[in-house]
Amino acid sequence: MKYVTEYRDADIVHSYLACIKSIVTKPWTIMEVCGGQTHSLVKHGLLDILPPEITIVHGPGCPVCVTPQSLINQAVSLSIDHKVILCSFGDMLRVPGSKMSLLEAKARGADVRILYSPLEAVEIAKKFPDKQVVFFAVGFETTAPANALSVLHAYRAGLKNYSILTAHVLVPPAIRAIMDDPHTRVNGFLAAGHVCTIMGNSEYYPIAEEYKIPLVVTGFEPVDLMQGLYLTIQQLEEGKFEVINQYSRVVKEEGNPEARAVINKVFEVSHRNWRGIGVIPRSGYALREEFALYDAEKKFGFLSQDQENVNGCIAGSILKGLKKPKDCPHFNKTCTPLNPLGAPMVSTEGACAAYYHFSGIIE
Amino acid sequence: MCLAIPGKVESIEFMYDNSVRMAKVSFGGIIKQASLEMLPQAEVGDYVLVHVGVAISRVDEEEAQKVFEYLREAGELDELNH
Ligand code: SF4
Repeated sequence: MKYVTEYRDADIVHSYLACIKSIVTKPWTIMEVCGGQTHSLVKHGLLDILPPEITIVHGPGCPVCVTPQSLINQAVSLSIDHKVILCSFGDMLRVPGSKMSLLEAKARGADVRILYSPLEAVEIAKKFPDKQVVFFAVGFETTAPANALSVLHAYRAGLKNYSILTAHVLVPPAIRAIMDDPHTRVNGFLAAGHVCTIMGNSEYYPIAEEYKIPLVVTGFEPVDLMQGLYLTIQQLEEGKFEVINQYSRVVKEEGNPEARAVINKVFEVSHRNWRGIGVIPRSGYALREEFALYDAEKKFGFLSQDQENVNGCIAGSILKGLKKPKDCPHFNKTCTPLNPLGAPMVSTEGACAAYYHFSGIIE
Repeated sequence: MCLAIPGKVESIEFMYDNSVRMAKVSFGGIIKQASLEMLPQAEVGDYVLVHVGVAISRVDEEEAQKVFEYLREAGELDELNH
């Protein structure tokens, strides 16, 4: 596949590895923010080949992992008590709620459907005018345009039976929250390439300046990740802290203005509660007042915020890069992908699941 | 979640009561539909990055080569060829 295969070339990966080895003199801790990058780093065994000076920690960029349990409970309640057609990306189904997951709700007869795109949910709403259809709109900036588009499609079609349960989170406030933690050991970041295809690079300049950390906007294939790491380590070794765009084949400096216009039409920035981390101010999106009709929380009423059911899961420390999955006493014992205690074990982009699935390669 | 895959635009048509420009995009032979609402300039033959049914960026061929050129400039690729 063009633009995929050539970025998995082992020779190129090893050339970048040689570049890294030739410049590294000190220990550095680098965080990749995005769960897709976590998955790729672990799957392709890249963590294994890096020199011992380099420690990679995995950030909070897995939307499934950071969606608070109260919203999972809300989704479960919509499907069971309100009997809506609850549509979601597949990863959300196994995340444990306080009482059950969406998958268990489905097993009890609730109409829970896995979709590839939120636009399909609007088509379902057209097909079943007598049913309420709710899309569980999780995601980072990358996914916000598609979720916003679904609202606009429903609006243009005059649908009254479509709404979204919004759990949108933003990357820059999360990076700040990680750097503001006094225990942080992160020296530099691989910024999430696909988020920047939408938002561009401008949000990262003030972060690099303020915290004196290099940020390299990086793609998802092994060659991208190795070049991203190289460009980060090079800056660290030279005492620089700049924003560099490794992923320029799809990330333009200004991002995608059309996509941002759609986001801004439908959403406004709001506070968000991140699972395991807590409330981060202005770190997500909520629907604008004009689109209240499409807001599932307003339409069906807000569930009381249940106490998070923590179970000894250390997801918060993992998502902030303070601990690794193998530091968790539950890892691969009481917590496995088939029987997850916490969200990072559910999603294929969660650090715990990535380590579980590919641990044979790591060790 | 933020998974987005590059594919080639094979054809473009208007759907949803003629209101939305949609592309048939080939991912190594597997065809999927993608909305071009965020990428009005996309044409047949372009490679576009698709995320949950929406094309979000056009792949720039010149920029795509830079990852490899960088190594060539650093002299790393020559070494490998020997
Ligand atoms: S292994 Fe399970 S319990 Fe431990 S941090 Fe990961 S998800 Fe939580």
